Amino acid sequence: MTPLDFVVSLALISVAAGVLGSLIGLGGGVVIVPVLTLLYHVDIRLAIGASIVSVIATSSGAAAAYVRERMTNLRAGMFLEIATTTGAVSGAYLTTILPARFLFVFFGLVLAYSSFATFRRRHVAEPLSVSNDRIANYFDLHGSYYDPAEDREISYKVVGTKLGLVLMYVAGLVSALLGIGSGALKVPAMDSAMHLPMKVSSATSNFMIGVTAAASAGVYFIRGQIDPIIAAPVAAGVLLGATFGARVLGRVTSKTVRLVFVIVLVVISLEMLQKGIFP
Amino acid sequence: MTDMHGADRSPRQPPSANPPAEGLARSGQRRQLSPEEAAQMEEKIRKVELAISLVLRIGVVVSVAVISVGLGLMFAHHGAYVPIRGQFSYRKLTSRSTPFPHSFSSLGHAIARGEGRGIVVLGVLILILTPVLRVAVGVLSFVYEKDPPMTIVTLYVLAVLIGSFFLAGV
Repeated sequence: MTPLDFVVSLALISVAAGVLGSLIGLGGGVVIVPVLTLLYHVDIRLAIGASIVSVIATSSGAAAAYVRERMTNLRAGMFLEIATTTGAVSGAYLTTILPARFLFVFFGLVLAYSSFATFRRRHVAEPLSVSNDRIANYFDLHGSYYDPAEDREISYKVVGTKLGLVLMYVAGLVSALLGIGSGALKVPAMDSAMHLPMKVSSATSNFMIGVTAAASAGVYFIRGQIDPIIAAPVAAGVLLGATFGARVLGRVTSKTVRLVFVIVLVVISLEMLQKGIFP
Repeated sequence: MTDMHGADRSPRQPPSANPPAEGLARSGQRRQLSPEEAAQMEEKIRKVELAISLVLRIGVVVSVAVISVGLGLMFAHHGAYVPIRGQFSYRKLTSRSTPFPHSFSSLGHAIARGEGRGIVVLGVLILILTPVLRVAVGVLSFVYEKDPPMTIVTLYVLAVLIGSFFLAGV
């Protein structure tokens, strides 16, 4: 396989990763890392560097559209970034203390639980109309969005901010340590713990993952994990896919988004457990 | 907008279901704004949304353009990369020993020599900096919305992000 074949085929796969990632609020690393390591036999360190690029590309590509369409909860997203960025920076220092295998198992179990929690909420469509969460009220994290699938404006209240912050800190930590999975924890944190509508959770996760990834991207660049021949097709493909995928979210129902998310979460969770138990 | 810290609660919430959080409620429970004030606030928020969306869009378009130019140059300079059934394997470019710029000085040299891979890395760095720029715009927009708590929140995030680059030794 020559470099041209590699670039073209990887770009096409990246488009698919971008569409999927933008729809369910993940960074596409779930597709990119296994494709690079298993299909192309690329070193895991370089694959993780490419995954970080993919996360930022999905985020910027999709968020540009979601923010414009008012699907993103800007205030909640920016508020929760306190926890994700702090987690990401502290994660860079914990790498030496925590063994990766333990992390994979821990993260796999957390994701298995959150896929179950998300699945249990699959019929929940109506958001909360009251909240006595002090933090959410103080920072005015509540919001509303126009849902094209239901053709109406839906306003919602946010609860469980403290639990949300804890989960976001873990998401940032894990994303810095493993280079993956930041959206997989962010979406359940917002959907299940904080009761944001599923589509808003996905759009807001998309908005946030770029910042979380950027907080650890400097380290990956300096360590020489960002290989141009891999990063170029991934960045271009994912951006194209995410821009296209962002047009889809509005039209599908929250239930569909949740189900797609649960399926992907189960896959990631198994992948993590496998890495932790049979490395 | 002078009374952003009014402690009145939003009229949408029934008092029985939501006991007032004393000393905490503020603009979040925005006091009932007059229709003109509400319209002004709405317009401000809309402007902020469009500004953030624009920053992201510009970052995306510029980085894709730079990456494409770099990729084009990589193939233009190395004829062996191009053929579909060629002998040159991509693995020579994706092994751990492959040389490519991963510091600012080596990146500068690569770009100065017009190397495609240097230009691709530059495009990737622009992509990485886009969210940072977005947070900076967030800080400015909360100053513009006259929202001190959220301004502090976004400033903290910006500081952590910038700090992370320094901690990485960039």
